[in-house]
Amino acid sequence: MKHVKTLNGATLKSSAAHGGCGECQTSCQSACKTSCTVANQKCEHKK
Amino acid sequence: MVHTFENLGCYIAVDVNSGAVHVLDKMMFDLLRRIENLPRMPERCPDEVKSELGEYAPEELDECWAELLELQENGLLFERDDYVNPAMALVKNAPVKALCLNVSHDCNLRCKYCFASTGDFGLGRKTMSVETAKRAIDFVIQRSGIRRNIEVDFFGGEPLMAMDTVKETVKYARSIEEEKGKRFRFTITTNGVLLNEENIAYINETMDNCVLSLDGRACVNDAHRPTANGKGSYDLIVPKFQKLVEKRGDKDFYLRGTFTRDNLDFAEDVLHIASLGFERGVSVEPAVGKPDDPFAITEDEVETVKAEYDTLARALVDHPEINFFHFNVDLEQGPCVIKRMRGCGAGSEYVCITPDGDIYPCHQFVGNEAFKLGNLYDESFDLELSAKFAGMNIYTRKECGSCWAKFYCSGGCSAANYNVNGDITQPSHVGCEMERKRLECAIAIKAIRAGLAE
Repeated sequence: MKHVKTLNGATLKSSAAHGGCGECQTSCQSACKTSCTVANQKCEHKK
Repeated sequence: MVHTFENLGCYIAVDVNSGAVHVLDKMMFDLLRRIENLPRMPERCPDEVKSELGEYAPEELDECWAELLELQENGLLFERDDYVNPAMALVKNAPVKALCLNVSHDCNLRCKYCFASTGDFGLGRKTMSVETAKRAIDFVIQRSGIRRNIEVDFFGGEPLMAMDTVKETVKYARSIEEEKGKRFRFTITTNGVLLNEENIAYINETMDNCVLSLDGRACVNDAHRPTANGKGSYDLIVPKFQKLVEKRGDKDFYLRGTFTRDNLDFAEDVLHIASLGFERGVSVEPAVGKPDDPFAITEDEVETVKAEYDTLARALVDHPEINFFHFNVDLEQGPCVIKRMRGCGAGSEYVCITPDGDIYPCHQFVGNEAFKLGNLYDESFDLELSAKFAGMNIYTRKECGSCWAKFYCSGGCSAANYNVNGDITQPSHVGCEMERKRLECAIAIKAIRAGLAE
């Protein structure tokens, strides 16, 4: 495309198929303790 | 839902429901910005849009429109969220799988912004007994259901003041985890004052992650993090943290600071912490508190804070070696959409336990009787209150549904919401503004580092 470069595809939608196992880290345990920060958590399926 | 923004000179579009992110040229940005609130694109560029964008030739806008339509057809723009079933986010009888274990309600620092009232949460200075800690491990095993991964964060107060309890807790959990079909992961959050050769070795061997508290420059740190006798803590703790990190190998850690109204130039503190050899994990976050708290960031400071995040982003864009926690957004391999709907899990998957064995939704609710979930000794656990927390997600929390950042922040912090609005479901506007700015910075940095923008 001439006017658009895609940095990231529809990864969120595709994650719905395998998601929800609940094994991933609780976000507040990683570093924050005062702010909910979820988007940088790791998925246990992909380790 | 589409969100367009300009940051670090990049023109970016986030397709909220699909998770796609696009880098645009200026003409495309101007066009998409005009139509981002549409539910879907029509086949042809409307004449009124073309006339609003009179600086561009109509045929060029048609060319842009065709590209946008192609993205839409490929599920990368104006995607609906009908693939998401909000019911998937609702966890019934939510298993508890993460503990914040307040092994010490005492502290050897007197941090001025401390949400824990300098360590005791207003409940009196206490250390958790080994018996209580073991009960906490039994509790999480029993309540975790089929979940295998269990997290325990040793917290306080200052957990190094209760090292015997920490060690006995780890030993006990390790002794039964295999038999119970669990895998424990331990973390510790410490101010560093009591670090020595022995407990540095223990922490590096035992803890999957450690959070080391330091606010940044010596003047900033010492103004807010004095010792009990009123002296600054910087010179005492920095060499200890450096020794710990030097011997930590590739295991995770974060140097974790707090910024307040007194250091709105906190980008300097992030860079300072990185310069001390801690670039692999830096997190500097806004002070939390009620609006009348003298340190918490309020509406009066939020625009300054947002500008400072821009300053920090400009400083970090050429330094990929510096991992700033809040700019670390995993666009590709991050958590699934279901996790992103639920958020932190406080009060359901995640609870905090005090030295008396009282159970609260998270460390920030400790001492608030209205939110006490139960106690380890009388084996009480308020399933109704837990269900209230478990029932919250980005589709039920007020205002989140219409926010472009909902799948990144997942509904924010219930405790912050309560502090500011007296309602765990009502997002804190200041918190939301800062979160959205951090995300825009993080995505722009990614675009530049990917070579898609300059």
